[in-house]
Amino acid sequence: MANTQSMCTSFLGELMTATHNFGASPIRAATTADTFKAALYLASATLNASTTVYSTTGEVTGTNYTAGGVTVTNATAPTSTNSSTTAGVGYWTSSASLVYTTVTLSTAFDTVLIYNSTQSNKAVSVHTFGSQTITAGTFTLTMPSNTTTTALLRLATT
Amino acid sequence: MIVTTTKGEMDDSLLEKKEGSVDNDNESTTWVEYWLDGELVHRSAHVTLKKMPVLAGAETASF
Repeated sequence: MANTQSMCTSFLGELMTATHNFGASPIRAATTADTFKAALYLASATLNASTTVYSTTGEVTGTNYTAGGVTVTNATAPTSTNSSTTAGVGYWTSSASLVYTTVTLSTAFDTVLIYNSTQSNKAVSVHTFGSQTITAGTFTLTMPSNTTTTALLRLATT
Repeated sequence: MIVTTTKGEMDDSLLEKKEGSVDNDNESTTWVEYWLDGELVHRSAHVTLKKMPVLAGAETASF
C-alpha cells in the first residue's frame, strides 16, 4: 500500500451541498436543498464566467414568460466518483427538462442562466445554445445526461 | 392535430408546417414552425444540451 496525494473526491460532491465552509457563509434557513431557477437571455446580452447574480438586464421578455424564468427540478443529489487514485468528479444535473410553455419570445435568445433563488439569486452557471425565437409555442431545454463527463455541473480534479 | 397559434387554436391541416434540426458537439435541437398565408403563427423548439463546461484542474499542494 502507498499513500497518494489527492483532493478527496467526496469533497467535490460536498462542495455542492455546502458541507464545508472555509469562510463566512450565509445563514442557511433550512437543511433542505435550495431552490434554483433558470432564466433565458437574449443573444445580445453579456453573460459569462464573470456573472455573479441573476439580473433582468438582457433577460428575454414576452408573452407568458415570467421574469426570473422557471424553477429547476432538483430531485437528484450531487454525486462524486473517483476516476483514479488521484482524481475524481463531483457532478449534478437537474432531474427534469426546463419547459417554457406557450410563450412568445420574438427577440433571439441563446443562453440560460442557472441561479440560486434561495441565496440572493447568486449565479451558478451559464449555458449557451443556438439562437432561438419562439412564437406561441413551447421552448424545452433538456439537460445532458447526469454522468461524470456530461453532467450540467462538474467539479473535477485531474 | 390542434396547434396553438398567434391566431388561436387551429387545425394543422390549415397550416404549412416546416421543421428543422441542428446537431453538433454542444446541442441537439429540433424546431417546428406553422405558417398561415406566409405569416409565422407558431414556432416551438427543443434544445438538448450535450456537454457542459467543467471546473477542472484542481490540485492539492505539494510539500
